[in-house]
Amino acid sequence: MSIKLVRVDDRLIHGQVVVGWGQRLHVGFIVLVDDAVRDSPSEQELYRMGVPPDIELIFASVPEAVAQLGAWEADARPSIVLAGSIATLAALTENCHRVTRINLGGIHAGPGRSERLRFVFLSDAEAEQLKRLAARGVEVTAQDVPTARPVPLAEFT
Amino acid sequence: MSEPLRGVIVSHAGVAQALIAAVDSITGVGDAFVAVSNDGCDRDALFRTLAAAVGERPTVLFVDLPGGSCLTSAVAFARGRPDLAVVTGVNLAMLLDFVFHRDLAPAVAAERAAAAGNRAIRTPA
Repeated sequence: MSIKLVRVDDRLIHGQVVVGWGQRLHVGFIVLVDDAVRDSPSEQELYRMGVPPDIELIFASVPEAVAQLGAWEADARPSIVLAGSIATLAALTENCHRVTRINLGGIHAGPGRSERLRFVFLSDAEAEQLKRLAARGVEVTAQDVPTARPVPLAEFT
Repeated sequence: MSEPLRGVIVSHAGVAQALIAAVDSITGVGDAFVAVSNDGCDRDALFRTLAAAVGERPTVLFVDLPGGSCLTSAVAFARGRPDLAVVTGVNLAMLLDFVFHRDLAPAVAAERAAAAGNRAIRTPA
């Protein structure tokens, strides 16, 4: 499978993704799944600044990602699929059963959220959403950088 | 005379604070910069921290990496503000140059600092 990592990270494109994971996985392209960014050329310009020229950056809405996941899997280049929220990733996986593993890389503090790990803050609803994904057979772990231990969902929800 | 420019260093972890301490130890100028770390911040939180650090003053934003959350937040924040300029790849040499040229316009000071930073990168035999 070409898709090496399916990650939730509310900072989207940043150092941990591009350098930490990107170098380790030798990625050829990154897919940023976010409906708002997909419709905003100025936001896309911002995120392009964070990606070296040898890595392709693809912007996709959730429906586009559902339609393209098969093609991205078949691509010979290793890749990362990145979403900014659990809701986005849940929408992606609800319509597509190709995603079998999810990495929680960075979900910061927000209204209604509590700290589950140093880099993962979740509301109760988000925790339940992740549990539902796990119940469907999706492996959910939290891991900010490749050298860290992947923490199973059950340990922080 | 107008107020001198201020620098805001936007970095991962404690890089910004360490650079400010180094500038202070070399020049004795301890009030030219404000440190902003992205620790524990998503983009919105970093944006708010930047807003608090910059205020309404003309400022040059020095960012550590030419990519990543610090840069995306800094560039988004500076959009539409001609009194702000952004430089990436911050190093000590560019900050030292900036300290002594804070009477320039932000864009000019940023260009000058970037040039000083570039000149400092060498591979001596």
